[in-house]
Amino acid sequence: MSERIPTLECNDKSESQPDVRYVNLYESEGRVYIRKISGFYQQLRRYTGLPLMAGFLLMPWFLIDNRPAMLFDLPARKFHILWLTFWPQDSMLLAWLLIIAAFLLFTVTVLVGRVWCGFTCPQTVWTHMFVWAEHLCEGDRNKRIKLDRQAMNLNKFLRKSAKHSLWISISFITAISFVGYFTPIRSLIGDLLTFSAPATSVFWVAFFTVGTFTNAGYLREQVCKYMCPYARFQSVMYDQDTLAVHYDKHRGETRGSRKPGEDYSAKGLGDCIDCSWCVQVCPVDIDIRDGLQYECINCGLCVDACNTVMDKMQYPRGLIRFTSEDDLESGKTNFLRPRLYAYSLAVIAMVSAFSYSISTRVPVTVDVIRDRGARLYRVQGDQIQNVYTIKINNMDRKPHKYDISVSGEHDYQLKGYRSMELEEGEVFTMPVRISVPRKQLSKTKNEIIIKITAKDDLAVSATETSSFIGPKPK
Amino acid sequence: MSTFWNFWIIGLTLINLVLVFWVLMANRKVAVNDEADPENKTTGHVYDGIEEYDNPLPKWWFQMFLATFAFTAVYLLLYPGLGSYKGLLGWTQINQLEREEQKADNRYSELYGNFAELPIEELAENPKALKMGLRLFANNCALCHGADGGGNYGFPDLTDKEWLYGGSAEKIKESIAQGRNGQMPAWGDILGEENVANVAEHILSLGGRDHDVEQAKAGATVYNQNCVACHGSEGEGSHLVGAPNLVDDVWLYDGSAAGIRQSIRQGRAGAMPSQKDKLKANKIHLLSAYVYSLSQDYE
Repeated sequence: MSERIPTLECNDKSESQPDVRYVNLYESEGRVYIRKISGFYQQLRRYTGLPLMAGFLLMPWFLIDNRPAMLFDLPARKFHILWLTFWPQDSMLLAWLLIIAAFLLFTVTVLVGRVWCGFTCPQTVWTHMFVWAEHLCEGDRNKRIKLDRQAMNLNKFLRKSAKHSLWISISFITAISFVGYFTPIRSLIGDLLTFSAPATSVFWVAFFTVGTFTNAGYLREQVCKYMCPYARFQSVMYDQDTLAVHYDKHRGETRGSRKPGEDYSAKGLGDCIDCSWCVQVCPVDIDIRDGLQYECINCGLCVDACNTVMDKMQYPRGLIRFTSEDDLESGKTNFLRPRLYAYSLAVIAMVSAFSYSISTRVPVTVDVIRDRGARLYRVQGDQIQNVYTIKINNMDRKPHKYDISVSGEHDYQLKGYRSMELEEGEVFTMPVRISVPRKQLSKTKNEIIIKITAKDDLAVSATETSSFIGPKPK
Repeated sequence: MSTFWNFWIIGLTLINLVLVFWVLMANRKVAVNDEADPENKTTGHVYDGIEEYDNPLPKWWFQMFLATFAFTAVYLLLYPGLGSYKGLLGWTQINQLEREEQKADNRYSELYGNFAELPIEELAENPKALKMGLRLFANNCALCHGADGGGNYGFPDLTDKEWLYGGSAEKIKESIAQGRNGQMPAWGDILGEENVANVAEHILSLGGRDHDVEQAKAGATVYNQNCVACHGSEGEGSHLVGAPNLVDDVWLYDGSAAGIRQSIRQGRAGAMPSQKDKLKANKIHLLSAYVYSLSQDYE
């Protein structure tokens, strides 16, 4: 995998033939060995990450209304989220939720850059967990590089096996928890233990185990660099005042090594001692001193590394720090800017509208379809009848019986409706007959309004308009 | 598929694969001219003054291309993709459909199972059975009999108490399973137009409706000779042969004098198709319960 670019020397040195070199358009990138570092941002990631991780692992275990607090029931096409159940009809809400999430991301990016990448993105969080396991079993950066260069021996075998077992365990727990959002986790684990789990569950648990393993174990920064679109549009989100990890080159340059106690500024050196720790800790294998790059995930590891070194050197901290380009130039970051106002306003407006529509959501819908039978209407004595198919979606989490009422310009009567109890989540289609005295009809097409109301809860109600067709008035 | 088209398709598929593979392999590397500028970081590819930087893609990207070829090979081996080659799995659209039908049958036979043993009269008051029956009705019967079972011209109303072949649970089930064939012969040529009109007046008189007394009297004789066997002396009809009752308010076809004359003159043929080959017995059982419930009085 780590073969060098094959170069091909053309030895045919005729005058007209220039040197030709072949460049491989696909190149395998070296493995990134991350040096362990501790510091403020590493702590910050750990303590903000813990509740999120706990939430992810525990959420499928909580029960609300006797079902998991969060269950995406794909075969039934229903999302049970806390106290609400969402139906395919609610996909508009899902769309808005995603739009809101996108705008939140924009707002955060404008203000503090790609902190999502560095602190909350599962790609980063799981990579760090895997690196932790790697560090535990194989030691720090230099030991790992050495170990990888060794031929296989007992020590290497044991260390590698331990690491992979840890990786697989983490992946397996991740996979079960994730699949637990789509099928109730209690029965899933029970079924897996008794080898009676359905093939689909087994497949997806295996899929996500392998996926997590390769993703966090091997693909790592490749995902950020080549698969994730966020890196690619960071440049349109960033401005002069966006916070990001920067190297203060005015202070740092000219970089160079020095003896302790030496007057380095007399030698023309800056604060950077060129120890390359910032590069060694970088999970995406870049040199932050080259300036802002699309690969940078703002994880702050180089900040921690540099601060550690600065402390050792007894230099002030912050040679590498979260700051803005404006601050580096003029010493001041202008936080309040129109762009940020606009994004925040949009987010606040959308969140308000979203909360309003969630809180006023009525868990029932009704569809009315005029019968597609041969006759437009039916005459029974002095009455004209129309037949309708009424489809009630009981989206509530409890059974309801529904009353149907018809209103319109004339005295419409509902016939042939026997109220039946609809189970929670039941979709029920029933035919009803609506009849009206013939002499009242003055038009062939008349508007009627059909309203359904739960017998036990008047707020659970929905209406639908349809038309009533009669004979041509004489 | 003829031999020619068989090889045509196999040829096209394989030639395409080889071509795509060649394109991939031929474009892995690019020649750079280093002599002009040794510090050159481009691939040497220039078009319209735009130079292409040498930013190689990761190797796994290339390996993903290779993986698609591996997938293709396995796919073409397992599934029918090369001409008339059937594939190792023997997959066809039909057997996939059959498998899914089998799956659905297994799933639903549980649901239908308990109901098959209960009598129709009891099922007609079981809300769960009725809901299932209603869905079956909507899918299989509503097109002719109306979504509410109220019938249409030529298709009986199932919600009233008048039945052509009897409204008991067994008779309803028989009608659904076996189908019915109602035949009213055309009498126009046999009786002549005058007698047709007379019989029609007689039928109106049997039902107590406005009629011409003279014509009805003449019609009675003809009726008693030709119609009484099926429709009965009082026009009460017969469930045995599905002859309609002529004295109630329910008319399968037009019940006006002109309509009655037309029925006599040209005859009528009503056909209820047999459902027993189309629907499984347990479904017919539930359907019968639903239809039975339509004409019952519930509070």
